[in-house]
Amino acid sequence: MHEMGIANSILESVRAEARRFPGGHICKVGVRVGELSGVNPEAMTFCFEALVRGTDLEPLGLDVEYCLRRHECRDCGQPFIVDREGMECPECGSLDSRFIGGDELELIYLEVDDGAHAAGA
Amino acid sequence: MERMPLERKVLNENGRIAAELRGRFAEHDVLCLNLISSPGSGKTSLLERTLESFAPGERVAVLTGDIQTENDARRLARFGFPVKQITTGGTCHLDARMIERALSDWRLEDIDLLLIENVGNLVCPSSYDLGEAAKIVVLSVTEGEDKPLKYPSIFFKSELLVLNKTDLLPYVPFDIDAAEKNARQVHGNMEIVRVSCVTREGLQEWLDWLRRKRAAPQAAAVSASTNP
Repeated sequence: MHEMGIANSILESVRAEARRFPGGHICKVGVRVGELSGVNPEAMTFCFEALVRGTDLEPLGLDVEYCLRRHECRDCGQPFIVDREGMECPECGSLDSRFIGGDELELIYLEVDDGAHAAGA
Repeated sequence: MERMPLERKVLNENGRIAAELRGRFAEHDVLCLNLISSPGSGKTSLLERTLESFAPGERVAVLTGDIQTENDARRLARFGFPVKQITTGGTCHLDARMIERALSDWRLEDIDLLLIENVGNLVCPSSYDLGEAAKIVVLSVTEGEDKPLKYPSIFFKSELLVLNKTDLLPYVPFDIDAAEKNARQVHGNMEIVRVSCVTREGLQEWLDWLRRKRAAPQAAAVSASTNP
């Protein structure tokens, strides 16, 4: 269980970024989590909420974009999602493919309220 | 409300230190390997058999991670090579900063092979790059043959699978061919060796893999990504 550390790293980035928006408030952070990242999104969200509660970061939402494992067929170029049954290309049946995604653990966006509107999540 | 794009790794800071370590390993031609498994799969036993195979004076060093105790470092120090225990005090994985700190009073000029034994855990260590040239996952036959399917992240990211404790195969309902098939389902071209640290069967294959890896110039590892 290392999701507490992951959630903490997200918050460190939010705090660092917050300095770029004096007077503004970061309301939401978007994070991409791949199924091969080794991170459980539910546990991460639970830790994130616990870390934010009672701090000056409130209200701060977490938006998780979960990504499945993706390959691209080396024979026909078709990108596809790999399931448990195997790595066969659904288009041409080839077994020769290359990994193109599914291990992401990335920050994708921040939603910033610049104070021009009423504060709120 | 304004949405600002922010394309960056969550473990940015760990990644930065890992990249620095990888650069230093390349500069000093150090092969760094990160061994990962569940608790009790035999990482320390594999390292014992590995260290005892080396001639005195070989430039090998070991960092071994555990939540508590110096037991593993004591077991491994008997072979006369530099060994350091990293006790994480509760953390379930090693991170790049722990490696950086542990190496602070070692001279990389004196090391050709750095073996890192991660904390016993098949999940969390897979998220943390330690600057290694390759991850190695150890799976013992007293576990389930479906472990690669249950914990795909680490099997996907590891270059080599060491199937350990094969001496116990007659006593456990472990289908070793199914285990290999499952590993290759997650990681198509995964290299696999079958080893017993008790009978020593298969150990030569592991040592040969290690020798091949050491023969390749380490600078090549810099450009290689941590993923296959």
